[in-house]
Amino acid sequence: MKPISRRSFIRGSLGAACALAAGSRSVAAAGGEPLATLIDIRKCIGCEACVEACHEANGDKFPEPRKPYPKMYPSRVQVADWSERRDVNDRLTPYNWLYIQHATVIIDGRETELTLPRRCMHCANPPCVKLCPWGAAYQEPSGLSRIDADICLGGNKCGEVCPWDVPQRQTGVGLYLDLLPSLAGNGVMYKCDRCYDRLARGELPACIEACPEEVQTIGPRRRILAQAQALAEKIGGHLYGASENGGTHTIYVSPVPFEQINAGSQYGPGRPPMAPVADQMKTGNRLAAAMILAPLAGAGAAVAKMLRAGQENPGQAEAAGSTPRRDASAER
Amino acid sequence: MPSRTTSPSRTLGRLYAATFGLMALTGFAQMPIFKRYYIADVPGLGWLAQFYVTHVMHYLGAALLLGLIAYAATDFLIHRGRAGRLTVSGAIRAILLAGLVATGGLRVVKNFSGVYMSAGWIVFLDLLHLGLVMAYFAVALWALLGKKRWTSAA
Repeated sequence: MKPISRRSFIRGSLGAACALAAGSRSVAAAGGEPLATLIDIRKCIGCEACVEACHEANGDKFPEPRKPYPKMYPSRVQVADWSERRDVNDRLTPYNWLYIQHATVIIDGRETELTLPRRCMHCANPPCVKLCPWGAAYQEPSGLSRIDADICLGGNKCGEVCPWDVPQRQTGVGLYLDLLPSLAGNGVMYKCDRCYDRLARGELPACIEACPEEVQTIGPRRRILAQAQALAEKIGGHLYGASENGGTHTIYVSPVPFEQINAGSQYGPGRPPMAPVADQMKTGNRLAAAMILAPLAGAGAAVAKMLRAGQENPGQAEAAGSTPRRDASAER
Repeated sequence: MPSRTTSPSRTLGRLYAATFGLMALTGFAQMPIFKRYYIADVPGLGWLAQFYVTHVMHYLGAALLLGLIAYAATDFLIHRGRAGRLTVSGAIRAILLAGLVATGGLRVVKNFSGVYMSAGWIVFLDLLHLGLVMAYFAVALWALLGKKRWTSAA
């Protein structure tokens, strides 16, 4: 499998972008499938060049809240304000969509510190998108999921349904201020959008381009997955993100099991774990089959009732079917 | 001897109302409001703040509701002579129900992996689904207060 270098990616996607001129869809359309990134943990040196590049590339998307914040009811609704802590970069915040996670692990009997970039996994079937009640979150055919800051009301449902608790809230910004700021909503949710605007221009996401060690590789998901599997096989390594939550568009390759990384990392709010994650949308989507079967069962029951009535009293059933019995008092 | 049992149509009517109530409850629970407004703090209602639970419950309710609608519609068509015609309020409710089923169905499709829907369509569907259920409740209330039936039959 030929690896996708940054240069070849730029060349290919630039061509596709020019040919198709259809925004971020063009990059995905070029390969006909969503894009995924491979993150080779062995290469990451924790220099945070990706974090800085993310700030620089996405600074204009960061929230500029209006203060003072409106009083919110009931009192249990808390303000989420990161605007005075914009330089926090050791966790995910509305102003920091990518951070470097540190994990202490044992490799060849020696204690070693691994560093790895953490951001939105861009799930293949993202619960944040599918369960957003307002339509503020959506997924592009290129596989990236985005939150529209102009529509989001900051209810944090996406944060709660995200298995990695990635979206982060900032109060005092967004549509809720123009609706019922005291009674509904609480700002806007922010997270990595995988530099959709740069992708649309045929450029790489900023974190990938800035990395001096080429930790991340981006390309069509099937190729990236095959590349990740081949790499894991070669180094006797492990994958994360290939099957988690039903599959994601971010696949980590590690020399040590992810249980070790998870155990050796600090995680909590804004610091996603690397634990096993079942497909969160699977149960609901399986129940969709019941929605196809239920009407058939309902119609079948009505037909069965008619047949049974016909067998029990053929004459009455016939008469009942042919003689209208109207209720004159029934309303129209 | 007079029967003390409830008639099948009345039982179905109650089941339909209960299912619709469940759908409305779990539908509104898709918005993060029940926790904010202490409703999920009421003993026994904590599940209303668990989004995956309410999502699955909404799907289960939808399956049941579709089964009931299909049963009633088929029964109506089979006995269309005896059942009479749809009344005005019945026709309005049927149209609103059809809209709810259609928009709900599209949202179910949207939730499958690999289905991409534009932001505009998602917002449109969400608002239309919400608007239809509000309209249905208004018409159902009007029908209840005015004792209006679905069909003109006795």
